[in-house]
Amino acid sequence: MSASNSFVEPVNKAGLPDTDFEVRSLDTMCVSDTKVVEPWYGHLKYLIIGVLFGIVFVKAEIISWFRIQEMFRLQSFHMYGVIGSAVAVGMLSVFLIKKFNIKTIHGEKIEFHDKKFNKGQIYGGLLFGLGWAITGACPGPLFAQIGTGATVIVVTLLAAIAGTWVYGKFRDKLPH
Amino acid sequence: MLEWLKQPWPWYVAGPLIGLTVPALLILGNKSFGISSSLRHICAACIPAKIPFFQYNWKKEAWNMFFVLGIFLGGVIATLILSNPAPIAVHPNLATELAGYGITDYTGLVPGDVFSWPALLTARGFIMMVVGGFLVGFGTRYAGGCTSGHAIMGISNLQLPSVIATCCFMAGGFIMANLILPFILSL
Repeated sequence: MSASNSFVEPVNKAGLPDTDFEVRSLDTMCVSDTKVVEPWYGHLKYLIIGVLFGIVFVKAEIISWFRIQEMFRLQSFHMYGVIGSAVAVGMLSVFLIKKFNIKTIHGEKIEFHDKKFNKGQIYGGLLFGLGWAITGACPGPLFAQIGTGATVIVVTLLAAIAGTWVYGKFRDKLPH
Repeated sequence: MLEWLKQPWPWYVAGPLIGLTVPALLILGNKSFGISSSLRHICAACIPAKIPFFQYNWKKEAWNMFFVLGIFLGGVIATLILSNPAPIAVHPNLATELAGYGITDYTGLVPGDVFSWPALLTARGFIMMVVGGFLVGFGTRYAGGCTSGHAIMGISNLQLPSVIATCCFMAGGFIMANLILPFILSL
């Protein structure tokens, strides 16, 4: 780690705001908007949300390879019901937050960001779809599958990290 | 109560609970729901290798790592105290098809016949675990998000690019499951 930090640091010092901007413009997922600096234990609330989320994943069999196979063979409504009702609740929540200008628990305005279309959403989307049907898992379920005791899925997770890294390495050469 | 919780949960319970993650993360700390970014943060933290795509302040996104650690722990907790001993029930046509490939183990959420340490050394196991995982990591980052970031958070915020991405996820899945996976599973 110390060796890699010595490489990283000049870049960070030179252009931290710019690289953050790049994170936002290229994929706005998971970028933290808050200006509030919390102590480390402030993150425990996300851990708790994750735990609840993971339990739902397992108990509704969303992380089951078999349920994903049924979904892609139109043999079960289960996954369509899960995703559809999740989107409906999420959509209603976002609508209510915007309409009533609901603030965070720290009193901040909640930020939303528009996504720009690029061809990566098509090519990357298709490639992810292929991988989803093979592994029966998107990134979230990989973590939960390992938790259920399927330790070999650590290999799948490492392969997914490698895939992300290779994308980062060659992204300038890929059509977007 | 505990006995009831141990049964498989129906979609109309699970889906809305997953949907509620969106406002929960927004209200707790202005965080947009998404999971595949955690893979990028791991790259940025562990193997940045001077690649511009991994040069950013990943520590600011530490919440996302706590979130996925929680998902892992949720899997542990659900298995230790809420697990249902009955084998997973699947559509009879799927069971017939999978039996043709030698997949008959329904005790885990992933079939032990395919996903196991010894199977890693077979062509089928390698493609299923390593190639499949690579496609998940590469594809989600190329698409700028996964099922959570695009299909749930993006569509909830009425983003057309997320609708396009979600349609492509589904198209890729249908192609793989129906046209390509039969060959892989026959290996």
